[in-house]
Amino acid sequence: MSDKPKFAMYWAASCGGCEIAVLNIHEKILEVDANFDVVFWPVAMDAKYKDVEAMEDGSILLTLFNGGIRNDENEHIAKLLRQKSKILVAFGSCACEGCIPGLANFSPIHEILGTAFSTISTDNPDNLRPQTAFDMPEGQIRIPTLYPVLRTLDQVIDVDYYMPGCPPESHQIAAVIDLVIQVLQGKAELPPKGTTIGAGNSTVCDECERTRNMKTIKEFDRIQFSQTDPELCLLEQGIPCNGPATRSGCGAKCPSAGAQCIGCYGPAEGVEDYGARLISSFASVIDATDPEEIDLILDGLVDPAGQFYRFNLAGSMLRASKAAFKANGS
Amino acid sequence: MTKNNEEPRIGVYVCHCGTNIAGVVDVENVATWAKEKLGTQGVVVSRDYKFMCSSLGQELIEKDIKEHNLNRIVVAACSPHLHEKTFRTATSNGGLNPFMCEMVSIREQVSWVHTDKVIATEKAKSMISGGVARIVHHEPLQPMSVPIHPATLVVGGGISGIQAALEIADAGYPVHLVEREPSIGGHMAQFDKTFPTLDCSACILTPKMVEAGNHPNINLYTWSEVEKVDGYVGNFVATIRKKARKIVEADCTGCGICQEKCPKKVIDDVFEAGLGYRKAVYTPFPQAVPNYPVIDVENCTYFEKGTCKVCEKFCPTNAIDFEQEDELISIEIGNIILATGYDLFDARKVSNYGYGRLANVFTSLEFERLTNASGPTGGEIVLRDGKTVPKSVGVIHCVGSRDKNYNEYCSSICCMQSLKFAHLVHERSGAEVYNFYIDIRTPGKGYDEFYLRLVEEGTNFIRGKVAEVSDTARNSEEEGKLIVQVEDTLVGKQRRIPVDMIVLSAALEPRADAKEVGKLFGISCSANGWLIERHPKLDPVATMTEGIYIAGCAQGPKDIPSSVAQGAAAAARVIGKIQKKEIELEPIRASVIEEKCSGCRICNNLCPFNAILFHEDRMVSEINPALCQGCGTCVAACPAGAIIGTGFSNEQVLSQIEGLLMLNIEAAATD
Repeated sequence: MSDKPKFAMYWAASCGGCEIAVLNIHEKILEVDANFDVVFWPVAMDAKYKDVEAMEDGSILLTLFNGGIRNDENEHIAKLLRQKSKILVAFGSCACEGCIPGLANFSPIHEILGTAFSTISTDNPDNLRPQTAFDMPEGQIRIPTLYPVLRTLDQVIDVDYYMPGCPPESHQIAAVIDLVIQVLQGKAELPPKGTTIGAGNSTVCDECERTRNMKTIKEFDRIQFSQTDPELCLLEQGIPCNGPATRSGCGAKCPSAGAQCIGCYGPAEGVEDYGARLISSFASVIDATDPEEIDLILDGLVDPAGQFYRFNLAGSMLRASKAAFKANGS
Repeated sequence: MTKNNEEPRIGVYVCHCGTNIAGVVDVENVATWAKEKLGTQGVVVSRDYKFMCSSLGQELIEKDIKEHNLNRIVVAACSPHLHEKTFRTATSNGGLNPFMCEMVSIREQVSWVHTDKVIATEKAKSMISGGVARIVHHEPLQPMSVPIHPATLVVGGGISGIQAALEIADAGYPVHLVEREPSIGGHMAQFDKTFPTLDCSACILTPKMVEAGNHPNINLYTWSEVEKVDGYVGNFVATIRKKARKIVEADCTGCGICQEKCPKKVIDDVFEAGLGYRKAVYTPFPQAVPNYPVIDVENCTYFEKGTCKVCEKFCPTNAIDFEQEDELISIEIGNIILATGYDLFDARKVSNYGYGRLANVFTSLEFERLTNASGPTGGEIVLRDGKTVPKSVGVIHCVGSRDKNYNEYCSSICCMQSLKFAHLVHERSGAEVYNFYIDIRTPGKGYDEFYLRLVEEGTNFIRGKVAEVSDTARNSEEEGKLIVQVEDTLVGKQRRIPVDMIVLSAALEPRADAKEVGKLFGISCSANGWLIERHPKLDPVATMTEGIYIAGCAQGPKDIPSSVAQGAAAAARVIGKIQKKEIELEPIRASVIEEKCSGCRICNNLCPFNAILFHEDRMVSEINPALCQGCGTCVAACPAGAIIGTGFSNEQVLSQIEGLLMLNIEAAATD
């Protein structure tokens, strides 16, 4: 065992993109290795949960936790890593606000399972569903129990810092690692607990090069059906760009590549509910007073849930649909 | 703990409002509960009191602030509209910043809308819990002052508007008087006599019209309408559309030659109520102010056919300008008085009275013109044929008012007006007069004396609602007459009374466009459509919008003395405001946190008060606090949460909601 500070990274309900983003910091990863002793990182090295359980409380200096809490295994490891870590970062959109897996909160659990196990293309004549425990001659085998709703990390455990993004941009990850190394060397101080790190303090518009004018929207259109002016603000052109409401930090990657911002960096500092805020913003710039005309303009937003709550449903004030909540027994 | 690390010490005051609240809400229980259950939130004193708004109630707050070292006050009583100022003042008298007081409406939102005492009591607790949670996050605010523009806009040049304009102008302040018609004067200019004194209407009105027309402090805009109003009390900007008269006012001397020579005769539906004619170029009546005419482009031969221009040929000063266009004038004013008057009920709607079908059924306004010395008949009361003098006249009261089919309200002037008509018939023709009434209502000064005079003059009063007016004779006596079918409720039998002429005392109705006018000026209309005053008894000429006043029939049916009194009252209110020179504005304002603003410009064109400025160089938006009215539109719209609304922070609003949800009212209801 080296005496280097210990580093862990874990994935709960997530896609794995966050891990790739970490590896995508290129040679910087060598600095991680030089400065830290990687003790637990399922995607990169072999380790057993019982190894973590055996560690001393607070013995891991830094844990990057990505993914939301969808089942009892996620919850167990989250609580375990909290206990073992000094600094625990909710890493990436899933851990911070639920992200795509959180969209399942619109449906009660039987519907989610139905979608997976009773589709036309699924060969499941007995309409079987996965069981959490099954007796085999060799003994009982178990899989994790699915919870009725997905929760964000801070709805389950205490979180020190938040690092948004789907996934967090590699240059932001590198900067955060740099910061922690500097703190280790006594050259910098940690920000106050609860701070969002690896991101900016305003919105994507701040980093966007497009020209902005006053906004009067007569029509919303999907970008794939629209010829847009590459110099002009997308929202002004009727493309529902979430940039104005989304935290800066990505460098306005999507708008500069000609696509609208979909909001993966989450709400700006101090905003309680990203979706609600964006809805009132879009509503404010619709240039019509006739209710029928307004309805027609709103029809241009074909997927409101995806538009306004794609990344943050589980972390929003809504959290989940009523049906999903009822399945939760509360 | 509050923002500045001060331990909250909250006083909760639950008002009985006599039985208004205490009749439904168990106020003692609520007060005890607040002390017990909200103690952890910082409630140290909780009391109930009969009338919190009384001086004793206010003193209670002041005393507690000092004795218990309170730093926050929650008053559960009526609505903030009524008494927020009262309790803020009491809080301030106790030595706290007035904005450390929060009102919880347990009268309008609880006792007046619930009958179940258990639920009402629980709801009152729940709302107080919200108020307490909110007040913890209140911070002291300082009101700001802005100067008041000394000019006033008066909309409507009837007697009420004229009176208001003259009062203000005489006090030395500028007035812009806007009138839709070519002349000021309003309905009063159409009358011959006024009840109960029988003064000549023109004799008392025209001097005032002339005075308004000549007053150095009054800018008269006739044939004009207000199109747009921006700003707020003390600093409104109004846009007036001055419709093209096609007459150059500066050159016109009002000689009247154009009207004389104009070959086109038009039925005058407005001033003469359809009984007389005017020309296509006209002043509505000889005493019109201003006295320059208007060309009616819809009827003018030149505008219809492209030739004529007779008026231009004869005009001695070349004042005719066929090319003249509408002019938009922007004026700055500090206050606005709306005296937009009334419309007459369309008597055709009561088809059983035959107006529009039976020639000799007249409306009250038509009858006013018939009796007017300068009217179409020179004051002769004659039938529709223009020559036959009626031998008998029936006057029907309450046509379109006090009637569930049309308007339930009493039009207030019809009884007196109908009595006046009866008198004028006696005086001018000696005909027999029948007044058909439901009740005689004569509550004004000298009014009932006038009624008695009419009884003595021999008017036949028949108490009953007229069922029908018809021309179908049943006997020779009824031949050629209008027969009034009525139940005489005093005698208790049906009667058929043949007369030569019928006058319908039609209801006064809100202007057809009263709703749009309300919207334009940011005030509302009652269910009946009249503009709503701030308080029906204690604040009859102010409105819920600061700086906007109402006067005359725009507020509801009323007679000339009341219209004049309201015009003067509104003027007094405005003069009082102007003389203060400054107005204190609520410090509820929006402001931009510059570091958070990314210059997305979503807010830029939303502000109804044009208070948002965009700095191109720094790419940030800024709000001018003097222009901002704290409406919150931009606060809600800002996608980045970069705009803060004082008094409505996320913290304040969300903690209030959390406080509200603390109690489970549904559960209490099923207990």
